[in-house]
Amino acid sequence: MAALEEEFTLSTGVLSAGPEGFLGVEQSDKADQFLVTDSGRTVVLYKVSDQKPLGSWSVKQGQTITCPAVCNFQTGEYIVVHDQKVLRIWNNEDVNLDKVFKATLSAEVHRIHSVQKTEPLVLFQRGAVRGLEALLAEPQQNIEAVIPDEEVIKWSEFFMVFKQPVLIFITEKHGNYFAYVQLCKSHSLSKYTLLLGKEEKSVKPNFTARVDGKFISLVSLSSDGCIYETLIPIYSSDTEKNHRLIRALMLKAVVSGAARNGTALTILDQDHVAVLGPPLPASKECLSIWNVKFQTLQTSKELPQGTSGQLWYHGEILFMLHGKCLTVIPYKCEVSSLAGALGKLKHTQESDPHSMPHFVDWETCSGYDLGSYSADQSRTLRRKKIETNLQPEVPGSKQLLSIIKNDSEKHIEVELRKFLAKSTPDFHTKIGDVVAGLLGRCKAEPSFYPRNCLMQLIQTRVLSYSLCPGLMEIALEHTDVQMLQLCLQQFPDIPESTTCACLKLFLSIGDDCLRDININMESVFDYSDTIQDEKKEMKEQTEIVQNGFSPEDNSCSKDDQQLNKKPGDAAKETTSFPVTSCPVTPKRAALINAVLHSAYSEAFLLPHLKDIPAKHITLFLQYLYFLYLKCSGNATMTLPGISPPTLSQIMDWICLLLDANFTVVLMIPDAKRLLLNLYKFVKSQISVYSELNKIEVSFRELQKLNQDKSNRGLYSIEVLELF
Amino acid sequence: MGEFKVHRVRFFNYVPSGIRCVAYNNQSNRLAVSRTDGTVEIYNLSANYFQEKFFPGHESRATEALCWAEGQRLFSAGLNGEILEYDLQALNIKYALDAFGGPIWSMAASPSGSQLVVGCEDGSVKLFEVTPEKIQFARNFDRQKSRILSLSWHPAGTHIAAGSIDYISVFDVKSGSIIRKMVLDRQHLGVTKSRCIVWGVAFLSDGTVISVDSVGKVQLWDSATGTLVKSHLIANADVQSIAVADQEDSFVVGTAEGTVFHFQLVSVTSSSSEKQWVRTKPFQHHTHDVRTVAHSPTALISGGTDTHLVIRPLMEKVEVKNYDAALRKITFPHRRLISCSKRRQLLLFQFAHHLELWRLGSTLATGKNGDTLPLSKNADHLLHLKTKGPENIICSCVSQCGSWIAYSTASRFFLYRLKYEHDNISLQRVSKMPAFLQSAVHILFSEDSRKLFVASNQGSLHILHLLEGSFKHLHTFQPQSGTVEAMCLLAVSPDGNWLAASGTSAGVHVYDLNHLKLHCTVPAYNFPVTALAIAPNTNNLVIAHSDQQVFEFSIPDKQYTDWSRAVQKQGFHQLWLQRDTPITHISFHPKRPMHILLHDAYMFCIIDKALPLPNDKTVLYNPLPPKNESDVFLRRTAHAFKISKIYKPLLFMDLLDERTLVAVERPLDDIIAQLPPPIKKKKFGT
Repeated sequence: MAALEEEFTLSTGVLSAGPEGFLGVEQSDKADQFLVTDSGRTVVLYKVSDQKPLGSWSVKQGQTITCPAVCNFQTGEYIVVHDQKVLRIWNNEDVNLDKVFKATLSAEVHRIHSVQKTEPLVLFQRGAVRGLEALLAEPQQNIEAVIPDEEVIKWSEFFMVFKQPVLIFITEKHGNYFAYVQLCKSHSLSKYTLLLGKEEKSVKPNFTARVDGKFISLVSLSSDGCIYETLIPIYSSDTEKNHRLIRALMLKAVVSGAARNGTALTILDQDHVAVLGPPLPASKECLSIWNVKFQTLQTSKELPQGTSGQLWYHGEILFMLHGKCLTVIPYKCEVSSLAGALGKLKHTQESDPHSMPHFVDWETCSGYDLGSYSADQSRTLRRKKIETNLQPEVPGSKQLLSIIKNDSEKHIEVELRKFLAKSTPDFHTKIGDVVAGLLGRCKAEPSFYPRNCLMQLIQTRVLSYSLCPGLMEIALEHTDVQMLQLCLQQFPDIPESTTCACLKLFLSIGDDCLRDININMESVFDYSDTIQDEKKEMKEQTEIVQNGFSPEDNSCSKDDQQLNKKPGDAAKETTSFPVTSCPVTPKRAALINAVLHSAYSEAFLLPHLKDIPAKHITLFLQYLYFLYLKCSGNATMTLPGISPPTLSQIMDWICLLLDANFTVVLMIPDAKRLLLNLYKFVKSQISVYSELNKIEVSFRELQKLNQDKSNRGLYSIEVLELF
Repeated sequence: MGEFKVHRVRFFNYVPSGIRCVAYNNQSNRLAVSRTDGTVEIYNLSANYFQEKFFPGHESRATEALCWAEGQRLFSAGLNGEILEYDLQALNIKYALDAFGGPIWSMAASPSGSQLVVGCEDGSVKLFEVTPEKIQFARNFDRQKSRILSLSWHPAGTHIAAGSIDYISVFDVKSGSIIRKMVLDRQHLGVTKSRCIVWGVAFLSDGTVISVDSVGKVQLWDSATGTLVKSHLIANADVQSIAVADQEDSFVVGTAEGTVFHFQLVSVTSSSSEKQWVRTKPFQHHTHDVRTVAHSPTALISGGTDTHLVIRPLMEKVEVKNYDAALRKITFPHRRLISCSKRRQLLLFQFAHHLELWRLGSTLATGKNGDTLPLSKNADHLLHLKTKGPENIICSCVSQCGSWIAYSTASRFFLYRLKYEHDNISLQRVSKMPAFLQSAVHILFSEDSRKLFVASNQGSLHILHLLEGSFKHLHTFQPQSGTVEAMCLLAVSPDGNWLAASGTSAGVHVYDLNHLKLHCTVPAYNFPVTALAIAPNTNNLVIAHSDQQVFEFSIPDKQYTDWSRAVQKQGFHQLWLQRDTPITHISFHPKRPMHILLHDAYMFCIIDKALPLPNDKTVLYNPLPPKNESDVFLRRTAHAFKISKIYKPLLFMDLLDERTLVAVERPLDDIIAQLPPPIKKKKFGT
């Protein structure tokens, strides 16, 4: 959900906000620091979190700044233009702008644009564009005129598209608007005519833009109060022609059409825009956040003192001039997820990141930390002391490490077995060193892949992902699914990206590849048996019908079976739905189960899940749905087998998959049935829970009644015989 | 072994008071516990968590704070504005001193133990010097606006943190002035509460102040700068208590939701020396508010409204992983609240402020094991005797013939004569109690109801001769010279010749009642006595100790009996020693001299001395009756301990006659039903 956080103001003592507001607010090379340029003579550098200025620079009396100061991210210097032609470059140490570097140019500058990782670009009023370096090398160079005489640049923006700087600017001539897209590297310029509607031409529209694939999405707020989007291709097929661009309505009447000025908009992210302006003709000005995708107003904030109609958005912070103050409103947009909406208790995972008892044993951690030994603790560590006494001359990991560097795989294996047979005090770290050694050699020699050694090491159960970060990557490279399965089972701390990479591999690997691989199958039960059981059940059911009972009556009359009824229904549907048999082979199922068992954090896993191809998503969903049906087939809601995935794991993964790929899944015809079933399930689940909540009191009464039965009253005489 | 009719009594409507404070004393390994009715109990953690002493409550004395100072001196303070010191020898209150600051909410002893500070309703913090005999008011600190709810000394004794409403203040002890004020956030999950009560503070030696508050947060503050360092939101309700380990490497907090959280100082990574406080373990042993917590070197101790005292040993601190490492939950007092008149089949129940006398019912039917027999007459509530005054009853007793009732409060002794005329009973108070009979720790009538034995809290034992409606003072056994320790337990032989008395630590003395002199002293044993009884005919004294050992001492021979020696030689069964409640009552079968009946809260046992003792390989508790097995098998498995666990929690069990037992149970559910409802948590849905 998008949300505006509490606003705060920056003191604007030295700044003089003219009737037009400020020239601009620009990012500096340090996070949280911003350059504010007023319309007069001053540039101030603010540290926003501290709400205080770090530095302030002014040009001489009589001079005026004509273009907002920007930061050159490559050098950390600041650049400003005053009196249209004079360029000043300075840094934090400089005090007086008069004494800093100065370059007088031959043409008037419209704006300087600077973004991260590239040199700043200077846009001249006549449409010419120069890189800063090239310009400084020869300040007086001739600047050509690109746009016709009467056109005036109204707005410009600078993007990096695939490492190529792209500049877009909009010009106006007699109420007609033109867009120019300049590819700086190839020096190609395309001109487009923007076709606007019939609204008043006297009011200038507001523009903002963002890159969307191969297009620049130009979003404009027109004088009729609506937001339009125009897609401008970045790479035009032929540059000669004058293209016409038609705009599309994006949002209707977000601000009052009567608002002459004081409106502004900026794109926040893919789905959200911020709009400044009065929502109704008579109302005060408002900052509103709109969700473009769902056409909803997410949040808004009234600004009673009026604004200058300017809005800047940098690094999740919105800046605007509210009254006489520069107001800062942090903006946050958390991704809302289906899993969250379904009520999976998210905070139980988040609230305590330390509570992973099977993972970190704090006592042993501090025990191994020799520095924290204290005299009174020593008695508790008696056992460990004995171990340290046993420490002497184990031939040592050092020797083994040198063997690893040079010897053959066979030899390493033998030595490793010897090493593992002894238990040394800091086994953890030594094992880590050995694995690091092995992996180092793997990287150096692509042919070297000591599979058996690695498997042995993993099975010591002391390794974790963080001890040997490269191990799973190498296994992925070799598509060694058996090792990956082992890692997933043993490591408590696999990052979500790796988990997802494993999942991708497990879903995509061919069945013929799996056939010859020995995989631990204990998490998979024999599906064929259960299918037969199911058939038997079906037979029994039909027999009941023959005996004169209708199964529908049966389920309705038994209220206490309400809980079991839903899964029963679902099971019945399997006959009509193709998932009667396991959609994947048992070996693949075992691999996927290992992924289901692994620990993850939703927020980190979601983005990776989006990369899985649609085909595999449907397969995975089908498998999960199959597991769910199997789960709900019995009263305890568990699967048979030694360590099968639990119901909550299955449900969590279904939620996650749908969250990540909802739109994709929606489009796949195969998945339609599946989605429908899931939807039905969720609906029934919600109703069951709400019913349960309603009858909680009755349950408690029942429990009391039950207790009363065993309670023989306050007084009784009984017979006791002792043997 | 025997078939009994058991009067199963569940109408003893006893509800323990909620626990308000606990204070742990490291030197003696003792725990002081105060309850909401003002009762203070002392548990000896070294002696199997036995409740060895208690101070009766008082209606106007709601204890809000409890602390040990100057080694092993115990102080409490409460809402009546007084600071009390307890005399742990004589089991009475040494003195009460008004702090003149209105109700006292908090108290803390300085790390050296030589000073006490109290926090009062009027916002004052008062410093007292602990002198050898008393405490002396020293100084007031800067007065605050609202009540001081919590106090903590800096381990160096130079500063004091005081928790109030909405803020924490730090005082300099030398000047008494406030040097830092830290204001708390009243926000809870976005909702601003009207106020934020700081229920507890703890000052660490590095200057960190840990606070717990009504918003549900545990917060760490830097007292040097007055800034918030870290905040843990751990509950939706109040966090009410905090205690820090002496090493300052762990602390424990208790919440109103009944959860206890353990925080530990752990290294950020295994190699770095940088450490941070991490919430490591949650424990949910309580259903209601955890009003107080304590942190002993090896265990977390918590108590609250649900009346349980929970001792949770920290597994990593326990050296030997034996039964001591198990969780202890203490609910019932380790003393008898019930006495019984065998002849008239009466039960006397002792409550905090009244006594109830009940007559048991009867049945004519017979049945086999496990049957419930139809009642021909139900139990009758004969008498409801209210005490006068605000003091709680310490002890009470009904005579075997049922015609005498005696009880005592902290300042008065009462004796009543009961007369039974058909269905009516009349009650007559015996007036003009002598001046020496002020307060009794234990009262006992002789078997023939003609003598009354009273153990006073000054260590002396009085013997009174009871006549029809009056009494005569026969003799007083003065305590051994130099000791003032109160005698807590008495036992008289059925023939009336011997009286055994035991104190909390001095061992068991046996007096000759015919010659009115000390007969002998049982060899000292280093665990306190939990129950005493003298067997008929043989005059063997059976003593149960808190470490679950049972001794049999022949009074005429002045030595342990052969059976007792045999038991000690072989040792008790492992499971017998692992029981966690003490034996509170011992009795004998009139016709079977080889039998000893004893019980604790969870089992009742008949020891048949004729049978072989069980060793660790035999099954100690075998509830199932032998079925078609041969006699040989029976003989092979039969052992001296016949145990029944049917009745629990068992507060009292005695033999009424040869074939009749009475068992008084107090089911926990009945107690819970009388407690205020706990904070409701949703069970279903999301």
